[in-house]
Amino acid sequence: MQSTPRGPSKRGSTGIRKVTGAIFAVLLAVLMIAAPAAQATTPSPSPSPSPTTFQNNISGFLRDDARTPIPGVRIKATGNGFEGTATSSANGQWSIGVPVQGTYKVELDTSTLPQGIKLAEGQENPRNVTFSQTSNLSVIFAFGKGIVVQQQDLGQSILNRLVAGISFGLLLALASVGLSLIFGTTGLTNFAHGEMVTLGALALFAFNAWGVPFWLAVILALTGGAAFGYVQDLALWRPLRRRGMALVPMMIVSIGLALAVRYAYQFFFGGATQQLPGAQVTDVQIGPISVSPNTLWSLLISAVVIAAVGIVLLRTRLGKATRAVADNPALAAASGIDVDRVIRIVWVVGGLLAALGGVLWAYYRPGVTWDMGSQILLAIFAGVTLGGLGTVFGALIGSLVVGIFIELTSLVLPPDLKYVGALVVMIVVLLFRPQGILGRRERVG
Amino acid sequence: MDIGNILLLALGEFLTPTTAAYGLAALGLAVHFGYSGLLNFGQAGFMAIGAYGFAISTLQFKVPFIVGLLIAVVAASLFALLLGVPTLRLRADYLAIVTIAAAEIVRYIVTTNTLFRITGSADGLSSFQREFDTFNPFPAGTYIFGWSNRDFYVRVISWAVVILSAVIVWLLMRSPWGRVLKGIREDENAVRSLGKNVYSYKMQALVIGGILGALAGLLFTIPRGSVQPANYATDLTFFLWTVLLLGGMSTVLGPIVGAMIFWAVLSLTQNLLSGLIESGAVTFISTVQAGQLRFILVGVALMLLMVYRPQGVFGNKKELAFA
Amino acid sequence: MSHVSHTEVAPEEGVNYMTDERPIAEGEIGPGCKKRDPIVIARDVTRSFGGINAVDVEYLEIPRHKITALIGPNGAGKTTLFNLLTGFDIPQSGTWEFDGRNLAGVSSYKVARMGMVRTFQLTKVMGKLTVMENMRLGASRQQGELLRNALFKAIWGGREKEITEQADALLVKFKLDAKKDDYAASLSGGQRKLLEMARALMVQPKLVMLDEPMAGVNPALTQSLLDHIKNLKAEGMTVLFVEHDMHVVRHIADWVVVMAEGKIVSEGPPGVVMKDPAVIDAYLGAHHDVDLGAAEGIRELEAVLEADEESIVGTEDAGIIAPEVVVSGLEEEDRK
Ligand SMILES: Nc1ncnc2c1ncn2[C@@H]1O[C@H](COP(=O)(O)OP(=O)(O)O)[C@@H](O)[C@H]1O
Ligand SMILES: [Mg+2]
Repeated sequence: MQSTPRGPSKRGSTGIRKVTGAIFAVLLAVLMIAAPAAQATTPSPSPSPSPTTFQNNISGFLRDDARTPIPGVRIKATGNGFEGTATSSANGQWSIGVPVQGTYKVELDTSTLPQGIKLAEGQENPRNVTFSQTSNLSVIFAFGKGIVVQQQDLGQSILNRLVAGISFGLLLALASVGLSLIFGTTGLTNFAHGEMVTLGALALFAFNAWGVPFWLAVILALTGGAAFGYVQDLALWRPLRRRGMALVPMMIVSIGLALAVRYAYQFFFGGATQQLPGAQVTDVQIGPISVSPNTLWSLLISAVVIAAVGIVLLRTRLGKATRAVADNPALAAASGIDVDRVIRIVWVVGGLLAALGGVLWAYYRPGVTWDMGSQILLAIFAGVTLGGLGTVFGALIGSLVVGIFIELTSLVLPPDLKYVGALVVMIVVLLFRPQGILGRRERVG
Repeated sequence: MDIGNILLLALGEFLTPTTAAYGLAALGLAVHFGYSGLLNFGQAGFMAIGAYGFAISTLQFKVPFIVGLLIAVVAASLFALLLGVPTLRLRADYLAIVTIAAAEIVRYIVTTNTLFRITGSADGLSSFQREFDTFNPFPAGTYIFGWSNRDFYVRVISWAVVILSAVIVWLLMRSPWGRVLKGIREDENAVRSLGKNVYSYKMQALVIGGILGALAGLLFTIPRGSVQPANYATDLTFFLWTVLLLGGMSTVLGPIVGAMIFWAVLSLTQNLLSGLIESGAVTFISTVQAGQLRFILVGVALMLLMVYRPQGVFGNKKELAFA
Repeated sequence: MSHVSHTEVAPEEGVNYMTDERPIAEGEIGPGCKKRDPIVIARDVTRSFGGINAVDVEYLEIPRHKITALIGPNGAGKTTLFNLLTGFDIPQSGTWEFDGRNLAGVSSYKVARMGMVRTFQLTKVMGKLTVMENMRLGASRQQGELLRNALFKAIWGGREKEITEQADALLVKFKLDAKKDDYAASLSGGQRKLLEMARALMVQPKLVMLDEPMAGVNPALTQSLLDHIKNLKAEGMTVLFVEHDMHVVRHIADWVVVMAEGKIVSEGPPGVVMKDPAVIDAYLGAHHDVDLGAAEGIRELEAVLEADEESIVGTEDAGIIAPEVVVSGLEEEDRK
């Protein structure tokens, strides 16, 4: 930092002042649109009358002692002058939205249990449960020895998970390729990338709720993502680069941005989970695979988009310029490449890809929430790190590995440990191959 | 709206055990980042390990208080070693990613229903403070600021721990050992070329800062007698970074004063906003939104601090850790 | 200087290294020739970056108690050779030893502890420490650097005093004494070079390796700096330094080693080497710079990228916008 050039630094600092304002202006503008929309939809039934329109949830998974989900069981929660019921879904999940935190009586209707399955000896039912500071309260019912329900064929489940994993991996790759490009060309580890992902889904939801036709809403949402990338670079990152800010402080600035933007989303959007149109569909059977059509669409879309990005990087002049900037910015600048322009394009593309990833993620989960992007931020980082920091194709492969790994391990890990496996693998890989899968060995000394 | 009361409430935040805990955890970050240049983005994990290490060992294994304390410290040290071995030879940002991932792994593990019997999953654990309370030497009654004897006791203990830790860190950092760390912060290859085992120093710093984090986890939980996993998300780490940058990262007092400012400002804005909303002066946001607005402000503050005053309130710009 | 930084090396009986006229080489003089008393021996040391052989040294001995200059055009591999010898980089093949001890696989800090201390071409001083703290950091055998002693000043206070005196004496010699309480960041580029060199001497090495020690140093200072380097020899130290200025080399070097494209192309006493046609070739042959400013530049760069299979966005320095440019720009300024 000793090398701050005097001239640009002044320009930079006034720039930043404008910037900080500008960024929030844009953000707020986007959100102002989203906010009334989100609120407007809350009272009217959203596409699926999901129980999650309240901020607080009592939820759980019903699984028998062989870990098989138990669907179709009715559960009732009463308390604080409220009564709500839910029926466990195909994966055994149930969730009851409640208006306020407090103590509730939760009762499982044993008459709805499948044949041969009963509550474990000593399992209290009904039982009283109390929220403790978090907006989600999970309640477990233990089931005792019963007749083991016929298990799904293992090979088939693996196949199903594999397809889901590829789809998930590719949508992660959309985000991580952008992250990796940004890292490669500017050196910034962008902790606000998760918020760029969230923006896509939030914007689509907002435009859609606002009555914009779906196809147009998608285009607007993606444009919003690209604009967010553009404005971020123009108003924040470029002035900071001009100032000669080092990489670690920039990383911390991105953390601040992530916090501010994420809570701004919550401020306007609220804590509820909303659904995009067509998010809840039944699985289709293709050969031996049973999969949600949305998952297949997502797979297809992200594969095409990533292939397109790859072709641009490898074949076009812009792609070469990008690689040159990533390889050696000084040399690239000396060879007449407009480094700032390349970086700007990278931010726009990164924002667009992240927004698309966000839309697909909203269909994959399914659901739109204010913190949905930050929930997969670490999975995105894991993909990028596995692939080797800053290598674009590495990010793609790394994300695929992470996505598939997460889905496959969910066969053996409980769902609330879904993301742990991938993070562990990332740390272990760093032990043995710190440069990631495709990265180069690091220069020493 | 009672401005005087709001100010008093904000002042009251200065001395809470939670402020002490934030200060201590941020002091750990100062050892990591401010003095050694180690990017630890998993301080929340260290705090969780301290809190759960103590809670689980005293509740499930019925060990005495002091043993529980030791277990918390040892567990945090092992965690630091585990994270340090694969990353301390690599570039700084690898440590950042591995620590944030590891802290999340810790949180997932203490949250999972599978381990309900041990960790209490999302509800967490409680009532592990009883033995601590039996050490309370202060007779029942009302103490300054209207504190009960327990309030007084937990504050005395919390701040004693913070002050003692601060003195130790100060002594360490003015020693030749601290000089080597400061050298590493700027250029580890230069330090290597002078014959110092950089890896070992970084590991020592990681462990020491991690232990401070674990102790902070205890200060955070023992006074309230309960621990919940949701408190140990990455946002906690980011708040600690804000605290660190607020006070000044290469100073001993900085993190502590930073924690005081952080909590006082949070309390002030919350109460002011609620007051305004209740009095009808502000109608366009709800009290829930007021709470979120504070965190937007935290994020903005973090950005502005980093850009305009990276040395913090106390820091010396010339000694600023960013190279 | 002798009263402070006396080295551990016991001088051979009755030898004054300043006037020692015994032959340096054993047998015929030429690239890779044997020395009477080598301190460093390297065999078949190679290091390549993406297909380019940065270093490819078949055999090299550095004579003990002498001043050896390592010269060669830019990109010849001098800095890389320094990195390899001192454990900062790992060669693809080869063995090398220092003072009879094999150094393969020995980490850089251990190499420094054995008495082989180097400086860096891109100066590495701790800008946020004072000049004096920089110097103290160099000193070895400090009990206070152990965590278990750090809290107790009684243990390390004495040694701290000793090294402070040692540092004071060195700073006077390098004309930095007036700056000793300033942050090193406030020094000029040349002063930083001096500080880095003085700090390396705090380690009391047997062999100092200086990578372009004179670059950016105020010309008024170079003469006394050269005298200091010469004096190091009097204390029994061995010096290996990289330098571009032939006058300097002729002035203080006892022996010159010439590198070009990773190889040792010539070595011998200064007078002999400078007349060697291989050396002249090496310097002239190195001028194949690409003019990147011209329109062909970018096309050439594209061609290089095309050819480089591995070049898919990202290497270590990827993204750090032109640190070299900034740093060298600063050094330019200092020179003025
Ligand atoms: N870390 C590195 N990565 C890639 N190439 C390198 C690296 N270090 C040096 N080189 C290349 O090796 C060759 C020798 O460089 P260097 O040792 O710095 O030369 P000198 O010090 O003689 O000027 C040059 O072609 C340089 O580009
Ligand atoms: Mg060089």
